[in-house]
Amino acid sequence: MAYSVPAGLGGLTTFVAGRSDDLLEMLVSHLLVVLVSVVLATVLGVGVGLLVWDRRIARSVAVTTAAIILTVPSLALLAILSPFLGLGWGPTVVALVLYSLLPIVRNTVVGLREVPDAVLESARGMGMAPRTVLLRIQLPLAWPVILTGIRVATQLAIGIAAIGAYVAGPGLGQFIFRGLSSLGSVNALNYVLSGTVGVILIALLADALFVLITRVTTPGGLRA
Amino acid sequence: MSFFPSAAATPGGVSIELDQVTKTYPGQPASAVDSFSLRVEPGELVMFVGPSGCGKTTTMKMINRIIEPTSGSIRIDGQDVLGLPPDQLRRHIGYVIQQIGLFPHMTIADNVATVPRLLGWSRKRTSERVEELLHTVRLDPAQFAHRYPRQLSGGQQQRAGVARALAADPPVMLMDEPFGATDPITREGLQAEFLRLQSSIGKTIIFVTHDFDEAVRLGDRIAVLGERSRIEQFDTPAAILTAPANDYVASFIGSGAALKRLALLPLTGARLSEAAWPLGQQPRLDPAGTMRDALDLLVVTGAAAVDVVDGSGRRLGALTHGDISAALVGVPATGGAAS
Repeated sequence: MAYSVPAGLGGLTTFVAGRSDDLLEMLVSHLLVVLVSVVLATVLGVGVGLLVWDRRIARSVAVTTAAIILTVPSLALLAILSPFLGLGWGPTVVALVLYSLLPIVRNTVVGLREVPDAVLESARGMGMAPRTVLLRIQLPLAWPVILTGIRVATQLAIGIAAIGAYVAGPGLGQFIFRGLSSLGSVNALNYVLSGTVGVILIALLADALFVLITRVTTPGGLRA
Repeated sequence: MSFFPSAAATPGGVSIELDQVTKTYPGQPASAVDSFSLRVEPGELVMFVGPSGCGKTTTMKMINRIIEPTSGSIRIDGQDVLGLPPDQLRRHIGYVIQQIGLFPHMTIADNVATVPRLLGWSRKRTSERVEELLHTVRLDPAQFAHRYPRQLSGGQQQRAGVARALAADPPVMLMDEPFGATDPITREGLQAEFLRLQSSIGKTIIFVTHDFDEAVRLGDRIAVLGERSRIEQFDTPAAILTAPANDYVASFIGSGAALKRLALLPLTGARLSEAAWPLGQQPRLDPAGTMRDALDLLVVTGAAAVDVVDGSGRRLGALTHGDISAALVGVPATGGAAS
């Protein structure tokens, strides 16, 4: 097999050039499926976090459930979801949302609970209703922590989205799976490599984006 | 329109009455506060002083229902606070805690504007009030309004906290060791400013401290509290220093009760003796000081007397050791130098 590596790398540029339209479309759909999933998971995860943060049992149940979901292998989860949700975007988005929940729920709970007692007491002492304290004081103060959770969830989702191709989901996983299923053929490695490099590029891009989002959305008084 | 009826009629404070107020925590045999009764007059600054864990803070926090009393009644301006909606009630009671609790993600101006915004004041009225208050607590708005709490020193943060509590001009203020976390020099400055402020706004204030000297310095009256917030003595600083009700109070005063009393006696209004010597022969003292300053000067200089000389150089009289001792005896047991 030693001869196939240099041959594969040499042909990679030609390979990519020849399929740039396909690749671009997959890059975009990969980004899109991650974006949709993480947005849904954020709404759901932050919502759950806001509901359970101050209830001991509900909190444990929420965080533990999310943690258990994360231990289910992605291939298995997709295989379980597919009979109900068919192929393509459906099972992929649901799986990504489920996997993204843990970091988001956990960081929301931790962030809301980390707000100093003195700040909460002075907020109450000035006559803020509990909901006002939660939304106007705790949520903004917890935001950097929550955002970190969303960032972790995004990285997680970018990687797992590639597996979505198993149920014909969108994204660069299609190339990786095509390569896997045609192992030994001339372009097998090119398929896998271009798919993988694409995923890495998306991950780097997303991380850079989060640096920007963090800077823009962190309240002034909390910036280091 | 005012939450407490007489707050509109009298610009200062309103009365606070606690009647048989008890707090028992579930699972604890003894109550944390045991039938506490006390009346605070409008505009009065009452100090709750006692050791850590005696229940003084719990007692205070029942007034704005941060802690709900188990039984008893609390009336502010004659209204039973337990019958009022807690959030509405708290918007009309200033609240300052030791850790300050400024909102770190908001500017100082936004922090101070908290209660006015909750009360739905117009933008213009709120911003004018914020500016006025920052001047009152000596934080120049141009410099501080748009800073964040972490950009302020501890003393400045504490002043911002006081401004925030005063924002909606509440007739009642509750202060829980507000100067406890500051260094001694800052604390003295804050105390002096606080007294100056209170002399102009005349709020009804309950101020919790474990520092008896702070209680003497600031309070119109002091409630010395023991275990389970039991009132050991409730009187003016001078009266407590002159005649402590029991050993517990005496031990709380500590040593130097006479010196502490002298610090309460201003030179203005003191009985001065005739000076039989030319001006300049004895050390001189400004009448803005206290009897304690006079004694201090006598001890330091070893002189037989000090001349009290006002700003224009006119000698008002002199003080000897004998005059100072006489002043201590002459203090009536209640209502002495408190005003």
